[in-house]
This record gives sequence, C-alpha cells and structure tokens, in this order.
Amino acid sequence: MTQPNRIAGGQIDRTRTLRFTFDGIPYTGHPGDTLASALLANGVRLMGRSFKYHRPRGPISAGSEEPNALVELRSGARQEPNTRATVAELFDGLEAKSQNRWPSLRLDAMAINDRLNAFFTAGFYYKTFMWPRSFWERVYEPMIRRAAGLGSVSREEDPDAYDKGFLHCDLLVIGAGPAGLMAALTAGRAGRRVILADEDFRMGGRLNAETFAIGNTAGADWAAATVAELASMPHVRLMTRTAVIGAFDHGIYGAVERVSDHLAVPPPGKPRQILWRIYSQRAILAGGATERPIAFANNDRPGIMLAGALRAYANRWGVAAGQRVAVFTNNDDGLRTAADLKAKGVEVVAVIDSRKGEVVIDTRGRLGLKAITIRDGAGRTRSFSVEALGVSGGWNPNVNIHSHHRARPVWDAAIAAFVPGPEGPPGLLVAGAAAGVLSTHGALRTGCDAARAALDLTGAAPDLPQAEDAPVRISPLWHVDHGRGRAWIDQQNDVTVKDVKLAKQENFTSVEHLKRYTTLGMATDQGKTGNVIGLAIMAELTGRSIPETGTTIYRPPYTPVALGTLAGRSRGKEFKPYRLTPSHYWAQEQGAVFVEVGMWLRTQWIPKAGETEWRQSVDREVLATRKSVGICDVTTLGKIDIQGTDAGAFLDRVYANTFSTLPVGKCRYGLMLREDGIVFDDGTTARLGEHEYVMTTTTANAVAVFRHLEFCRQCLWPEMDVQLISTTEAWAQFSVAGPNARKLLEKVVDQDISDAAFPYMAAGNITVCGGLRARLFRISFSGELAYEIAVPTRYGDALLREMLARGAEFDPIVYGTEALGVMRVEKGHVAGGELNGQSTALNMGLGRMVSKKKDSIGMVLSQREGLTDPEGYRLVGVKPVDRNGKLTAGSHFLEKGAAPVAANDLGWLTSKVYSPHLGHDIALGYLKAGDRRIGQRMRAVNLLSGQDTEVEILSPHMFDPEGERLRG
Amino acid sequence: MIIPHPILGPRDAQEFVYLGDASLIDRPDGMTAGIEEFHDYLYQRTNPAGEHQELWYHEQGDRSWLVVTRNTVTHEILKVELARDVARARGRTK
Amino acid sequence: MRYSGFRVIAEALTGHRGWKPVWRDPAPQAEYDYVIVGGGGHGLATAYYLAKEFRQSRIAVLEKGWLGGGNVGRNTTIIRSNYLLDGNEPFYEFSLKLWEGLEQELNYNAMVSQRGIINLIHTDAQRDAFTRRGNAMILHGADARLLSRDEVRRMYPWLNFDNARFPIKGALMQPRGGTVRHDAVAWGYARAADQRGVDLIQNCEVTGMRIEQGRIRGVETTRGFIGARKVGVAVAGSSSKVMAHAGMRLPIESHVLQAFVTEGLKPFIDGVITFGAGHFYISQSDKGGLVFGGDIDGYNSYAQRGNLPVIEDVAEGGMALMPAIGRVRLLRIWGGIMDMSMDGSPIIDRTPIEGLYFNGGWCYGGFKATPASGWCFAHLLARDEPHPTARAYRFDRFLKGLMIDEKGQGATPNLH
Repeated sequence: MTQPNRIAGGQIDRTRTLRFTFDGIPYTGHPGDTLASALLANGVRLMGRSFKYHRPRGPISAGSEEPNALVELRSGARQEPNTRATVAELFDGLEAKSQNRWPSLRLDAMAINDRLNAFFTAGFYYKTFMWPRSFWERVYEPMIRRAAGLGSVSREEDPDAYDKGFLHCDLLVIGAGPAGLMAALTAGRAGRRVILADEDFRMGGRLNAETFAIGNTAGADWAAATVAELASMPHVRLMTRTAVIGAFDHGIYGAVERVSDHLAVPPPGKPRQILWRIYSQRAILAGGATERPIAFANNDRPGIMLAGALRAYANRWGVAAGQRVAVFTNNDDGLRTAADLKAKGVEVVAVIDSRKGEVVIDTRGRLGLKAITIRDGAGRTRSFSVEALGVSGGWNPNVNIHSHHRARPVWDAAIAAFVPGPEGPPGLLVAGAAAGVLSTHGALRTGCDAARAALDLTGAAPDLPQAEDAPVRISPLWHVDHGRGRAWIDQQNDVTVKDVKLAKQENFTSVEHLKRYTTLGMATDQGKTGNVIGLAIMAELTGRSIPETGTTIYRPPYTPVALGTLAGRSRGKEFKPYRLTPSHYWAQEQGAVFVEVGMWLRTQWIPKAGETEWRQSVDREVLATRKSVGICDVTTLGKIDIQGTDAGAFLDRVYANTFSTLPVGKCRYGLMLREDGIVFDDGTTARLGEHEYVMTTTTANAVAVFRHLEFCRQCLWPEMDVQLISTTEAWAQFSVAGPNARKLLEKVVDQDISDAAFPYMAAGNITVCGGLRARLFRISFSGELAYEIAVPTRYGDALLREMLARGAEFDPIVYGTEALGVMRVEKGHVAGGELNGQSTALNMGLGRMVSKKKDSIGMVLSQREGLTDPEGYRLVGVKPVDRNGKLTAGSHFLEKGAAPVAANDLGWLTSKVYSPHLGHDIALGYLKAGDRRIGQRMRAVNLLSGQDTEVEILSPHMFDPEGERLRG
Repeated sequence: MIIPHPILGPRDAQEFVYLGDASLIDRPDGMTAGIEEFHDYLYQRTNPAGEHQELWYHEQGDRSWLVVTRNTVTHEILKVELARDVARARGRTK
Repeated sequence: MRYSGFRVIAEALTGHRGWKPVWRDPAPQAEYDYVIVGGGGHGLATAYYLAKEFRQSRIAVLEKGWLGGGNVGRNTTIIRSNYLLDGNEPFYEFSLKLWEGLEQELNYNAMVSQRGIINLIHTDAQRDAFTRRGNAMILHGADARLLSRDEVRRMYPWLNFDNARFPIKGALMQPRGGTVRHDAVAWGYARAADQRGVDLIQNCEVTGMRIEQGRIRGVETTRGFIGARKVGVAVAGSSSKVMAHAGMRLPIESHVLQAFVTEGLKPFIDGVITFGAGHFYISQSDKGGLVFGGDIDGYNSYAQRGNLPVIEDVAEGGMALMPAIGRVRLLRIWGGIMDMSMDGSPIIDRTPIEGLYFNGGWCYGGFKATPASGWCFAHLLARDEPHPTARAYRFDRFLKGLMIDEKGQGATPNLH
C-alpha cells in the first residue's frame, strides 16, 4: 500500500510499517505518526462531520485543539468516542470509525441540515417547538436528542485499569517546547527536583514542527539532545504523554499520563492512564500557543487547516496535506508555511497576505478542498485549484492553566492576542509562547529566566544558544467580509459569523451571552481556535474594544480527561474499602449472608440447610435466642475510651443525662444531642474506674461522635482533664443474649458473674479462658438477659468459636442484623429509622432524659417551641388489627376514612419487622400526639403500593414491657 | 489545598474534616444563656468574602482541631493554630 | 415580538433581519417601586411575576454582571419535587407545576423535559426512607413510584448491577422530574419581564443600602443611587455580602459546588439518575453531554472553583455506578457559590428593615425552585404576605425550632 502524500523527512520511523483501518478501509503508516498524519499521508482528508450541519470535515490542526477530526477509536468495550485523530498515536492494528454520520461519512443523510441552515440559526430552538405542549417530550425532543451528540458509548464496562499517584518536586514545568526545555534544563543543572510534563508523545513542542536551528543544530535535534541531558539527571522526571489539566490550590496540579493509549491494549499489570497529583510550590507554564484561523466563506472544507499545522505535517510527519497548496495569512508566521512547503518540493500556488489587501473569499469542494477564490487589493477575484490551504490568523498564547484561578488574561495589541495577566495561581510563572513571547530565542530566554526566578537561582545567567528571534508582524483580520457563504468560527458546533451577528442583533452582546446563545466555544475543543475570533467580531459589531469585550472563563481540564482516570481504582467492588468484623471468616464458613452497613459487611443472617427463604432463618435466630441463647457480633458499634479526672463531668456535658453519678462498675444508657437539640446518637457508657469510662456509639455515628467529642474537648472545654481514644478497632465485641446467656458465658469467663456478683447494668474488666483480658457489660438490646463481652480484636474469632464450643449444650446460635432488628423493634429500642437526625428526645419518648439541672450540648435549644409541641410526633408501636395484615416501613398514618392528602397525614412507620414471637408484623412509628393515641385504631397506608392496613397503636415496648427477662 | 499543621507541617486538606466558622468555639454557658444567645451562636454566620477563621479537624492524622485563617476568595491560608490554644486565649478556661 | 415556528421560517426566508433585541438596555431611573437585586433566575422570575401576576409596575432588576450569570447559568439543570418534608414539598410541587407550563407562559422554549428522575436504593433503610418520602410526595399531590431492581435494570441495563460494592436494590422515581435548558430560563424570564416594562439593568452592582428610620429608601450602586419603595434581594451565593449592606448576618454559609460536563455523546441516558451510595447524579443534555455533579467541596468559599478531591470523588461515584463511562471524557468543570443554609432549606421572608425582603439560602437546589421562588417572592413583595407554599421559609424558624431539615444533619451547612 502506498501513502501518496508522504514526502521526505520527518520524525517517523520509515523502517517499520503499521497497519490500521478507518471506517473499515485498511491503510498504513509509521511509528511516530498520529492517526491524522497517517490518514493525510494516505490522501484521506475527510475524517468527520460537524455537530449541527453535518458538514464534511478534515483536521484543521495537528494537536489537542482539534475540533473536527474526531473519531471513535478502537471497538467493543474499549470504544472511545470523540478521540482527536490529531493526537491519537498510531499503533499496529488501530481501528477507527467516523462518527455522527449515517449511513456513511461520505454520504450522510443528516447533511440535510446544511441545506436547511437558514432555519437552524443560533438559538432557533428557543423560539419554536412550543406547540402543542405535549409534543416536546414526545416528538421534538426525541428528534433533537437523536440528532445530537457526537460519538457513542459502548455501554460495556471499561475493561482497562486506571491508577492514581502523587508526585512532589521543586519545579513543575508544563510543556516541553523550547521554553519548557530551557526552564527544565536550567533547574535541572542547578540540581533541583524537576518534573517536565508534555501532552505530546515527543518532547520538543513546535521545534519538532519547524525548521529552525538552535545554535548549530536543527531545533528538533537540539530538543532531542536537551531531553537526553535531562534524562541523565536523576532528579529530573520527564513525563511525555502527560497533560497537565489544571492548577488547583496551594501548588497542586492535576496531570494525566496516557500510559498505554499508544498500544493496542495496556500491557499486563499496566493501567491505561494515571491521574497524578503533582505538588509543587513553583511551576512554569510553557504550554506554547495555539494558532487561530480567519473566518471566510466556506472556510471549513477538508484540506483547509491552520498554516502551522500544514507545516507541522510536512516537517514533523513528512506529509503534504495536498499536492497543490496555498497559504492565507495576516502575519509573517504564515509565510513560513509557504517557505517550508516549497523547500519540501510541494507546489505552493498562492500566498494570500491580508496585509496586502488580499483575502480568500470562497472555496469549493464538497468532501475536500478543490479550489479557492481570492480577491486582491484591487478588488479582482481569481480562483486557484488547490488541495490544501493553510490559514494563519495569528497565535493565541495558551493561557488556560494560568487562568484556572479565574485570573483574566490581558490583551497584547503587539501580537493581537490575550496574554497572561499579573494575577494567576500563586507560584505559577509563564514562559515562551504561553507568555506571548513568540520567537524561539524568546522562548529559550524566558524559559531560563522563569526557572531562575522560580527557584531564586543566583549567579550569572547561562549563555543561550543562537535561535531565530523574528518579531511578530501581524495585522489582525478576524473575518473576511467579502464572499457569500457562511464563514465558520467554531467549526465543531457550526457557529458562523452570521450567528455572532444575530446574537448582536438580539442583544446577546455580553461575551457569556454570546457563548451560551450561539454555543461558541462549548464544543470538545472548548473554543481553543474559535473563541477569540468570535469575541473579536462581537467587539467589532458593538464598537467595543476586544479587551472591553473580554473573555469567558477558563476552566479545567485543559484537555478532556477520561472519567475512568479520575476514578482510578475506586470502582466495582473496590469503590470503597470493606471493613470486616472479627467473626467474618467464621460466618463465611457457615454460609452467612452479609449486608453492607456503611463500610462494614455484617452478617445479615445465617441460613441453615433446608431454609429457602430469609424469613425462615431470621425467625429461627430470634426464637432460638429468646429460647436459649444467641450471639451477635456488635464490634461495629463505636467504642471510645474516656479517661481523666474530668471524665465524668465531660460526659455530663456531652450527654443529655447524667454520668458523673454513675457508680464504678456500672453502665447506663446515654442519649446524646446535637447542639440544636435533636438526638445525635445513643449508646451505653460504662464506668470502669474513678476516672475511666467506656462509651459505645451506634455503628453509623462512630466516627462523627468521636469527632464531636474531640471538638468539645479541644474547642469548648480545653480546661478539662479528659483524654479520648477510639477503640472501635481494638475490641471485638459480642452480644450474648437469651435465658442461657449467663450459663454460656460462665463457660468462658474466669470470674463470678452470678446475678449477685454481676447484676443488671454491671460492667467491668474481666478475663476469659484463663487470663485473656476482656470487658463485660450486662446490657441488653434484645430485651433478654444479655451481656456484651469484648476481647482484643485479634482474639475475637477465637472467642466466638470458644463460646460456641464450650456452650454447645445450650444450642447457641449466632444471629445477624435482621434478628437483631426484630428483637430491638419488639422492645421498642430506637435505631436508624428513628435516629434520623430530625427527631428529639421528646419524639422518642425519652424527653425526661434531658436534664435541665446541668449544661449539656443541645439542652437549651431542645426547649424551642417547635421542638416541644405537645401535638408533635411521638414514638409508638404498631400492629395490624388483623394479625395477617401487612405493614411497610415508610407507610403513613391516616385516620380511618381520611382522604390521602397531606392535611390528614399523621406520621409514618419508621421500622417494621415480623415478630415470630408474637406471630405478626409489628412496627415502630412516629405518630402525631402518639402518646395520647395508644390503643386507637387507624390506617397505615402505602400509596406507592396501594397497601392500606388497619392498625392498632401500641406502646413501643411490645415484648416483655416490664423487662422481667433482662433482669433474669 | 494544603494546610500547614502547626505540629505536623504541611498536610493535604483531604486528611481533614471541615466544620465551619471558628466562632463555634464561643459556646454560651447553657446554665445562664437562653435560646436567643444559643440561636445566634449556632445559626448566625458572618460568612465573609475574605479572611475567615474556621475549624478543621485532622481526622486522618493527629486528631487536632485547628483554627485556620483562610481567605475565602483566594483560598490562601494565612495562619493555622491549634484550636485548643485559640479556645484558651479566648478565655475558655477555668 | 412573538416567537413561533412560523416566525422562524418567515425570518429564515427573509434573512433574519426582523429579530428584535431580546431585552432592552435601559439606563436606571432615579426611583422604582420595586428594585430586585440580582438578575439571576430567581430575580428575573420575581420581576416577571410581580409585573404579570401581581400587576405591579415601576420594577427594576439590578445585575452586577450579565443577566443569568448566577447559578441559573451554572447548574446541572434538574427539576423535581421529590422532597420529604411538609415545609418543602408543596413549594417544590408548585414549582414543578409552573415549569410544566413555562414555555407557553413565557413564549420561550426553555426545553422543560420531564424524562423522569430516579433515586437509587442500595439498602433496606434507604428503601424505608424513600417509601416514607414517596408517600409524602403523593400526599402532597406529586407523583412517585417505587421501582424494583428489575424495573431499574430494564430502564438502565448498563448500570452496575452485578459487581457493585453497594448493590442497587431499587429506586424511587418521579416520572415528572427532568431537566430544563438552564440559560434559557433566565433569558425567557428576562425577555418576558422586559416586555412587561421591567428595567433589566446589567453591570450594576449594589454597593450599599440607604436605610432611614428602619426603612429602606434605595440602593447605592456602581451606576449611582437608585431609590426604591421596596427592595427584594435574590442573590444566592452572595447573600451574606449583599445583606451585610443592611447590617444583617444570615444563617447561611457560602460554599463551592462543582459541576461537570462531558464531551457530546449519542443518546445514552434518558432521565436523571441519582446514586444512593456515593455523591453522584447525572443526566444527558439534549446536546449530548453528560451533565453531572456530586458533593460540595465542603469549606467556605467564594472562589467559584474547587479542588481535585471532590472531582475524584464524583468520578469515583460515576464509575462505581456506570462502569461504561470510563472512556467518556470530562470536558469542563465549573464551580458555583452556594448559599448553604443551616437546615438545607431556603429563606423567603421579610427582614427587620421595613421594605427590605430576602430570598436566598437555596443550597444547591435553587434552579428547580426558580419559578415558584419568583412567584412566592413576588407574592411577598406585592402583598406583604407569604405565599401559602412558602410559609415555612422564615428567618425565625431557627429561633423557634421549626427547621426544615431534609437530610437531618442539623446546623452544619456543608452537610446539607
């Protein structure tokens, strides 16, 4: 296969040939090619279709600013929509498809939009599609949605891995053109830790695309030699294929390294991309400049590209974008394209220099440029047959990253472009073309100066090599008035000069209105080539200057980033880490079913052979516990050791009820409020010594409660002698409940735990199994005779096995969170559904626990009128009047016969279980004035399912209300 | 962001949990203050665009509560102190 | 000038010469009956309803920058009324009903699109909470459905059903939820208000308030003093700054919320999806970009930009829920300033200063409230009485213990 447009030279490896396909047609290229350069070498100019008009398009650039040549790269689950052909590195076997066309790229039915362009002006959709009203969702919008969008998503899981990493350095240099290389070299030679990052796969920036010499060598060779010297420095890290995407606070930069995108698939064990967080107090933005086009009639045909890109394809890739070319420029730099191409033997048929009054006024060639029409200074028109046209409207410094902290760039009339202003992210300097210094020598000089300034390097500045230092000679021209066709500004979004004129006509003259109304600059290239032209034309139309008109805001990322990269490893089952309980492996052996509780995995129930439905297991666990003894892993409860001479006084202030009076060796239920008087958390706290307490919190609030206690200790009452440590991870804790709980524990506990020696609510340090230190609390969540026993976490698994083995005669079972929930609802204990962050102690029937005799968090504000309403919600128990009736948590209370409207809403069911002991559903709920409705009948209604159940309101203590069992 | 911890040096802000205005240190005494005072303490904020003293908790670190003086417009951090020291300096001591 | 399909065709055939400015650029007059501070969605809607529904005149909207440049131009465009609490649900349902007729009302196509919103359920406790909420919605006249896991799977088969850290167990759906083209809301209200004689004054920043004997007399601005009988402030994001001119402190903190849009894609996500096990919600715009957001950064900020940890957190939520978006590229991140209130709910109320009214504290839910907020604020301004659906949005609810705390987080603005 031949590559008809391949010419001599370039930094490609012609000794190797790579095969690839575009829309199924095979082509060849070479290592060093991009997809775009290889397609151009093969004579393919048509690579895409525009968004709105489906205009045939080819690349206009040779870099990441590309708006047109977007393809779907790869296939299957690796399909990547909207990939810029201009930066996609060629690899053997690469597959690419054109997108946003049907049925084919050359023959696209949606190109009818182009014919109808008179109707599809900026914002036309705001003025129509309003009648009939129901047609929007059913007819108009589906039509618009189908037509919109560019590439498509595979809908399969991305098979590649992504990583994240952290890097630190003394100086981050962004961009490895002449300025960046010189900055890195200056800092590297001074021995500083340098990171040099460039989005390209080859360092050198424009030096690779130009024929300039530096000193006695070609610019590209100087770049290669400099890179080699930097590579030899161990304190310098060179990062190619690495785009710095944003400047964040305090010297943190985000960067994306494309580790494997130049390969068919990532090598084993390698990620596709890495998100780096680079920490550097000093950075230099040397990101170069982006050329901008000039708007003229039909300036969007495949083959029309930026003059600098045309020359880059020739110089760097050995590709002539056409056999006959022309150049249209308003500045000297465009002339270089003509010179370089001529030197390469390409026929340059015309150089149209607007400074001489010459302009291009029209072009021809539907699927690729065939001819241009020009108008000279005398007003004569001529046509030339050409395949490529290079256009240069000047260069825009890439100020984006410098503007990420919302610094506005300032207008530099000398180069007719915005340059970075005095403000900017602290520590970030700018050098080279990014700073508006557009000569090679200027780049070297400012790169060196910036590094010296950033690092406070002293001593004589090094001699810089000779390099071109041509002045910028430009006479701004934004659009050509002559000619009849549309003149594009934003090629991808099909924003033309007439759209800007319409925006002006309709008074969308603010630059933000212009952008939002016309969609200028909102395409995948974020207006890198088009924005300045658009706002310059608006400035012209409104009679304001360009700086008065201003720019829109530059936002990260500098170049689009795959979402997988930002997520890294946190996906699938690894989205969040797992916390496993000490009994996890034992439970796994038993075939337990687990449930996610925050980060924890807890045993939900443990099915036995023959049990086919979860309720069978849960009912059995409940009944067995109430009959004999059950064990539940409650390690997930928060545990906080509180010590110090003021520990008791401290607890009095953080709990609504009193703890300083708690005798040593006893525990007490504690209710903790937020400062706003709403219940924060609850749990039992034991006093193990004169100045030593152990607090337990709910699983959900373990972290928040500890943080809150530290706040109270450090910020509110720094004078108190009290120390806190979270021991949630340190102790494995089991609830042992049921009539035989004591008997079972006696098998492992070394001390006397008879009712006399260890009565209800006793607590203490003990030992188990012949000397292992442990803690025992006689507390009950289930309403049974119950204890919680804690041992150091590493013994948790052993203790469980030991209890089951030694207590085998009592047929102990291990119950999960479901049975736990059943038993606590039977007892009316509040948990997640009731501790919802919206409820007061009064709501929970615990109002009397809030002591007014002492200052405690939340005490004062809990007395606000809205929180003490006698008609407010109260916790109640609920059962169906018909014992076969079903309840659903979340159902609302309505009086019998009351219409289902908010005015009749009396409250809702917070938690619901099936009580195997009672033989029917039971629930807890918050009911308005519920304490005065005990015994009443009403309805629990679930309007989502149509369930409507007559219920009786009960005291929340539905099982053993006298508490006889737990004192047993 | 990076918070220069007065004991541990510069730490990534991701290690911290944010609470809010450092005026939350100035909790009234519940035995003498009433609902209005507590309301102003808990709910009202100056919320400046500029220098702001605020509470950060080094949860993934040494569990210090810090008072960070930070500019809410630029995010520049001007000063970092241990909240305990600030609280004492504000007279929250016996 | 009236917009219609016929007009578009007629203009297309005559070179679009007939399109008129969407609004005037009047110079400020010396005095107005009503000065609305803030030319965002809420301010513009307020001015429109004042003129239209409450038949008031001599109205000006003062905007420090460009119309629609506040959070109405910087959000994730979602509309819904899936709230739990009595203080909120009637208001948001009123808003949703106004959205439903908005285009015809304004003669401007803001692309109100009710493609449905789902909130995913991952735990039994979440199902209980969403059942409570769904019932509350229906009791208030809104629509709600509880979807099973299989129903969700039929809608969005490519969500992570089989390898999830927090499996999807169902969803609460509001079929009438959806999205709106956000900028068009501002423009539609602005155009309609302008047509009714409201002066929309851009580049006019309020720098002070003239208050005499406890009564507002007008505002000092960068374009001079403007007298006013009544001043309504609707500047969410800058509420504390503006109200400080009246010597007021607010139960509000300013926080940054980042939002995100990807490159354009062929249709992929029909409605709005909210993850229940991480901070992530997403929809796809009519233009094809995936529009998504997550949690606020969490610290007070007026910077209108955020940091990487939240960007990563949101992407992690996205990938955990939708592993197919790994190769979709994020195009743009932006940050807006949120008025985070002390209970997560807004304030539409009088102030202690006679003639000065306040509308703010919208947290990150202000966009969907735009029509009702404008209507209710206009009601308050014109009649000095709160609108029935906005009665709960008072300043003194914190003093009285009548918080409207949907999330149950208490006086911690960054957790709402």
